[in-house]
Amino acid sequence: MKTKYDPTDWITHMARIRDAQDQTAFAELFQYFAPRVKAFLMRSGADATLAEECTQEVMATLWQKAHLFDASRASVATWVFTIARNRKIDALRKQRRPEPEDLVWGPEEEPDQADVLSLQQESEQLGRALAALPEKQRELIEKAYFGDLSHSEIAEQTGLPLGTIKSRIRLALDRLRHAMK
Amino acid sequence: MQNVKHHLTDSLLMAYSAGTLPEAFNLIAAAHISLCDECRARLASFDSVGGALLEETDAVGMEDGSFAETMRLITSGALAPAPAPHRLSSGKSVLPAPVRDYVGGDLDSVKWQSIGMGVKQSILPTSKDASIRLLFIPAGTAVPDHGHRGMELTLVLQGAFVDETDRFGPGDIEIANEDLTHTPIADIGEDCICLAATDAPLRFNKLIPRIAQPFFRI
Repeated sequence: MKTKYDPTDWITHMARIRDAQDQTAFAELFQYFAPRVKAFLMRSGADATLAEECTQEVMATLWQKAHLFDASRASVATWVFTIARNRKIDALRKQRRPEPEDLVWGPEEEPDQADVLSLQQESEQLGRALAALPEKQRELIEKAYFGDLSHSEIAEQTGLPLGTIKSRIRLALDRLRHAMK
Repeated sequence: MQNVKHHLTDSLLMAYSAGTLPEAFNLIAAAHISLCDECRARLASFDSVGGALLEETDAVGMEDGSFAETMRLITSGALAPAPAPHRLSSGKSVLPAPVRDYVGGDLDSVKWQSIGMGVKQSILPTSKDASIRLLFIPAGTAVPDHGHRGMELTLVLQGAFVDETDRFGPGDIEIANEDLTHTPIADIGEDCICLAATDAPLRFNKLIPRIAQPFFRI
């Protein structure tokens, strides 16, 4: 079983890194996420040495990009995942990862706390839904994410209940667009 | 761009999120998402699946001294500075920022190559498992009838085109596979600029374009 923790705590950790370069907060994040990133990279085909090296870079990037983390659109775990995924494409597949244009909060404004809270709750619910999926279906999704399936092999109907979390993120995006005007 | 009607499929978004698409498809997905908040939100929900899987993965222990090494990476400046994220260009440019990266500038930097009937193309450099190019189709011009061996994604950046299935305007992406043979025609109002990615060579149904195909890599 995974260690019990409160995901909104990680958000506070991120803020401490962003605002005060807090190494204690970073050490705690590192302790929890680094071994998971390493496992993800090894399952994606990296050997232990490469995975170790890439994980250190992923965690350093997390520190470096702390100001870009938006808790109304992603949990910290999700954000760590996207950094690890990009490192995987770069180091394992030796390809560039084109990124979309993004909407970013300015220095003056922050996302709504209610949006942050509901997004974190949706993320937890998604985690539970994923764990409750039938074994076969879950395996397919893992294969898709750990790199064994091509896009044409991914079934259109994944059976993932993504409707609610998508609507939450969409709402947060609309607010961000409004704030940018 | 809030009028997008034709979106990325779930399987493409999931593969983009997982990082398993060919580079050319990654680029067209990034370009579409730059123009479409609906797919941006859908992508973020697929990223959440990745986050949830990451948490559930059995952890693998880090080496001794790993944290100190990471702090050294941060403080020594050995880590390349993270590239600044692409800020939203809010429609001032025809090419979304990720495409500008591959062109090396905006529309005026594109090195066009004529492929007949006023149609021009510019192949962008990506990994070889798929290819991607910009297409310029003069208003009212038809691109020859063609089928596809693999998958072809076409994103409209300016103007519009119409084919047997529907009309595609700015931000719309058409996803064509082996079942579709179509003759896209650029809308009469404006010259059409598209981004087209494919994981196999196109197949033309008329003799001349088929002979020309190897030369033009179309």
